[in-house]
Order: sequence, then C-alpha cells, then structure tokens
Amino acid sequence: MKRRWNFWLWAGFLLVLAGLLSYVPVFALFPLTRDFPWVNLLLFAGGAVLLLGGLKRAFGQPDLYRGKILGSIMAALSIAGIGFFMYGLFYVARQLPDSAAAPRVGQKAPDFTLPDQNDKPLTLAELLASPLAGAATARANGALLIFYRGHW
Amino acid sequence: MVAISVDAPEVNRRHCQKLGFTYSFLSDPKAEATRRYGLLHQGGGPNGADIARPAEFLIDSKGTIRWVNLTGSVTVRARPEQVLKVFDDLKLASAAGP
Repeated sequence: MKRRWNFWLWAGFLLVLAGLLSYVPVFALFPLTRDFPWVNLLLFAGGAVLLLGGLKRAFGQPDLYRGKILGSIMAALSIAGIGFFMYGLFYVARQLPDSAAAPRVGQKAPDFTLPDQNDKPLTLAELLASPLAGAATARANGALLIFYRGHW
Repeated sequence: MVAISVDAPEVNRRHCQKLGFTYSFLSDPKAEATRRYGLLHQGGGPNGADIARPAEFLIDSKGTIRWVNLTGSVTVRARPEQVLKVFDDLKLASAAGP
C-alpha cells in the first residue's frame, strides 16, 4: 500500500519558518508585536503542535504515513531555528550596558554641539531656546533627545 | 525633538530622506555626546564599533532632565504616546509658559 503524504509535518515546518522569517520584516515594525514577539511565539507553538502530531503519525503508523526521516530533520531544524530566535531576542538583544553614569532626573543635561543631517551644527542650548513651530509660546517647552544605536 | 547616533551626517541624511524624518538627526561619530550621557556601548556596533545604547531623555526649557528611559532590550523603545503622556504628566508646557 502506498503511504500517505504526512501533511502535518510540512504545515508545522512552514509555520515555524514563517515565525522565524516574519519578525524582522513584519512584526518588528509594530510596537504591539515587537516589544514582545507573541505572534512569532504563537506561530512556533502552532508549528510545534503540528510537527509533533506529524512525527507521532510517522512513527506510530509507519505503514500509513511517510515522514520518519524528513520529519525528524524538519523537527531538528525547527528546534535549532526557534532556539536561535529566542537566543537573539531574549539574550543578545538585552546585552546592553547598564549605563550607571547616565545623567538622572533632576540633573542638568550635558550640553553638546553636533552636526545635523545637513552638516549644520546644533547645540542643546540652541535647541532649548529655539522657537516651537506653530506654538503660542515663544520658546520651546523642552527637548526630547533620542539616542539611536545607528543605521546599518 | 532630536535624534543622535554615531553615524555620519551623510548617512543620517539618507536615512531621514528614506524614512521621511523631518526632525534634526545629529551625528556623533566620535561618541562624545554619547559618552557625556553615559550611553557608550563599547563594541556594540557592526565590526565591534562603539555605538550608543538606545535611550531617551526629556529635558525642560531650563536644561534640567525630567525623564529618562534606558531600555533593557534593543527591541523595546519608548513609544510616541508614552513620551507624550510623560510630557503631559510633567506639565512641562505650563511650567515653561509665561
């Protein structure tokens, strides 16, 4: 008798792949799915359930279903991929210096002079004294400094 | 509102054009301001380059820091609505008024 195609294995593997490949181009773009990657974790969970079901069929009813070897390979790849994802997101992404020397609330903000994207130098003092576009007050009410890791 | 990174002005200009940022994007290639704010992340960039760790500071018109956000993960950053709420809660607007 010809053994049947083990659809669950493939569906599970594809879900895991989707979870691995979708974070950076899709879910990292939205704070709700970026701060905690719950959509990707759900995809992994769904994929794992299907892979386990498929493996159970492949090994439990080998005369009915295919996929003992390929299923094992896909499961191993999935475990490695999910492990890599978790390591990156929950370990590597959190390897930041604790920055104990950063100025605290109530302290004076250190001044700086830095060129903007048009090579025009800007100081913090200028920034704080600059008029706010469209505002009734003559001066800015404050400044928000956002430090980025950079663009690469 | 200004952004600061260790990238060159040229890189920041292209970045701003691409993403449509209209605010000032400052360049700190030697990480001087980054060091002054205690934010140096040694070897944190590509090929072991020194970069800034992500951080946000809200400064009032007198130059005093009113709010600091040092994230624990590069994927988690301050959101606009979060900062606006802090701004409202601190009543920076009225404090700096006439």
